Amino acid sequence: MNFIALKMLVGDRAKYLGILMGLTFASLLLTQQAGIFVGLMSRTFGFLTDTSLPDIWVMDEKVQFVDDVKPLRDTDLDRVRSVEGVEWAVPLYKGLLRARLDSGNFQSCNVIGLDDATLIGGPPIMVKGTLADLRRSDGVIVDEVGAADKLAKVLPGGRRVPLQVGDTLELNDHRAVVVGFCRVTRTFQSQPMVYTTYSRATIFAPRERKLLSFILVKAKGGESLRAVCDRIRARTALAAYTHKQFVQLTLNYFMKNTGIPINFGMSVLLGFIIGTAIAGQTFYNFTLDNLRYFGTLKAMGAGNAKLLGMIVLQALTVGALGYGLGVGAACVFGAASKHSELAFLLPWQVLALTAGAVLLICVGSALASIWKVMRLEPAIVFRS
Amino acid sequence: MRAVEELNMNEQVQNGVAVKCLGLRKTFGEGTAAVQALRGVDLEVRPGELMMLVGPSGCGKTTLISIIAGILDQSEGECVVFGHNFRGVSQSEKTRYRGQNIGFVFQAYNLIPTLTAAENVAVPLLVRGENRRKATERAREILRQVNFDDRMMGAMPSQLSGGQQQRVAIARSLVHQPKLVVCDEPTSALDHETGQTIMELLRKVALQDGRALIVVTHDARIFGFADRIAKMDDGHIERVVNSPAELNGNRK
Repeated sequence: MNFIALKMLVGDRAKYLGILMGLTFASLLLTQQAGIFVGLMSRTFGFLTDTSLPDIWVMDEKVQFVDDVKPLRDTDLDRVRSVEGVEWAVPLYKGLLRARLDSGNFQSCNVIGLDDATLIGGPPIMVKGTLADLRRSDGVIVDEVGAADKLAKVLPGGRRVPLQVGDTLELNDHRAVVVGFCRVTRTFQSQPMVYTTYSRATIFAPRERKLLSFILVKAKGGESLRAVCDRIRARTALAAYTHKQFVQLTLNYFMKNTGIPINFGMSVLLGFIIGTAIAGQTFYNFTLDNLRYFGTLKAMGAGNAKLLGMIVLQALTVGALGYGLGVGAACVFGAASKHSELAFLLPWQVLALTAGAVLLICVGSALASIWKVMRLEPAIVFRS
Repeated sequence: MRAVEELNMNEQVQNGVAVKCLGLRKTFGEGTAAVQALRGVDLEVRPGELMMLVGPSGCGKTTLISIIAGILDQSEGECVVFGHNFRGVSQSEKTRYRGQNIGFVFQAYNLIPTLTAAENVAVPLLVRGENRRKATERAREILRQVNFDDRMMGAMPSQLSGGQQQRVAIARSLVHQPKLVVCDEPTSALDHETGQTIMELLRKVALQDGRALIVVTHDARIFGFADRIAKMDDGHIERVVNSPAELNGNRK
C-alpha cells in the first residue's frame, strides 16, 4: 500500500510540486526568520560571549542588561575581593565615548577598559599586534570592522582607508594611538569597539565620581558559582550573576522591552500560515482529486486503517522533503550571508522548531484529508 | 456470536445459489425527503452464471449491486452472498470480505492514473498485503489471459485505449480469484465492436470455477451474453428472462 500511496503522490506532478513548494517555502521562512532572530538576539550579549574568562559579573543591582552601565565605587572592587570563594576580581570599564575623526566628524565608540595588570576581558582574537601592546603609551586596540569602516580615514577623493597601526585617534579630546586590531563578536550596537587599559579608559572618559562599570570575578576551584554570587550579594549589596545568568538577563531585557520578538514572531507566524494555506489546501485538493481512487481501494477491501496509513505516509513524505529543502535553502542563505552584516544563527532548537511546525502543517493537512476519506462511501465508485 | 452470519455455503452452492436476495429494500433519506431505491427485490444468481440487470436509469440497479457487493447497507430484507449475510456485520469485516471474494469492473474503469497497467491489476493483491513482486507477476499472468499485450503492461492508463483500459479493469477484478464479480456498465464507454470483445472476454475468463457475474447495463447489444436477464423498474425486479428475445417479445 505504501507503494501505491507514494506513486499516487509523485504521479500527480503539479500537485506534488505545489505541496512541496508550500512546505519548502514555509520551512525556509520559518528557519530563516528564526535564524535571523536568534542571530540578532545573540548579538545582544556578543560582548559577554567574547569575555568568557570570568565566572561572575558584579554590577549595580539596577543594571538590566550588558549595555546598561551603572557605575560602581572603586572601593567596591576591594569589597568583592574580600568575599570568601573569590579567586580574583578585576575592574572593567565599559562606556560610549566620542572619537573625533580626521574629517571633523564624530563617531561614538564602545570603549572597554581592561585591568592594567592582567588585561583580563580583552578581545578573543587579535588580528594585528598583541594585547600587551596596550601597555604602550596611549595605546588602543580597535576592532577590524570598525577600523575599516566607521573609523576609517577619508582621503580627499572620498576613498576610505582603514586605520593602520600607528594611526592616532582623538577620544574625548585625548590622544589615542592604534597599536593593534582585533576581531570581536558582532554586538547589537554598531559602534566600533576600542580596547584600552582601565586607567587609560578612565582618563578618556568624562569626569565622573564613579567610573567602574563591572567587576569581573573568578571563583576558587570547587566553589559553587551560585553560592559565591549569593555571598557577594549579601556582603556588598551589589548584583552578582554567573556568566550564563547575565546572558539570560540581557536576553530577557531585549525580549521584554523591544519589539524584536513580536516582529520576528509575526514573520514566523506568516510563514506558518502561508505554508499551511498552500500546502494544506493543495494536499486536501490532491486527496479530493483522488477520492474516486480511494473509494476504489475501499471497495476492493482496503480498510480505513490502510487508507489512513497511505495519507499519513504521503503527508510525512512531502513534509520530510519540504523540510529538508527549506532548511537546506536556509543554510545556503546563512552561508551566503556569513561575512555580511546580517545576523544568522542556526542552533538545533531552530531546526527542531521548524520540524515541529512543518509536522504540524502536515498533520493539519492530513487530518482534513483523513476526515474526508474516512467518511467516504465506497459506493462512490459506481457513480460515473 | 459471530459477526458474519455463516449460512451453509456448501449447501447453498450445491443448491445452485451464489447470491440470494429476499425482500430487499433500500431507502435513502428520511421523512418527506425519503427516496425508496429498492422496494422489495427478490433475486437469485447461480454459480457460473452471468446475470444481467437491465432497466431504465434510476430503477435501482446500481443500488442493488452495491448491496450485493457489500458496499451499501440495505434498509430491510436479506442478502446472502456465497453463504455470507452482511446484515449487522461491521464495516471492517465487510471490507475484508470484499477484498477476498468480490471483484469490481466499473463504467469509468477507475484505474489509478499514476500506476502502470500491471501495477493497477496488482492492486487487489497489494490491498491484501501480498508481496509487490509476486503481486505484479500474478498481475502479468492474468493480463495475458485477457489478451493484453506484454509490451503495454508498463503503460500508464492514459496511454491506453478504452478497450485496453477495460481489459486491465477486468484483469484487476479477477486477479485475486473472487467468487463474485460485479460489473457496472462495462461497455457503455466503448464502441460496439470493443464492447462485444470485452463481453466475450468476460464470459470466457470470468465465468470459471463457479464464479458468478452480475452485469448492470443499458447496452441492449450485449444482452445476448447473459445467461439470464433481470429487468428492473421502479425499485423492484419486473421479471427474469433467459434470453433477450424473451425480453423483447414481452415488450412487444
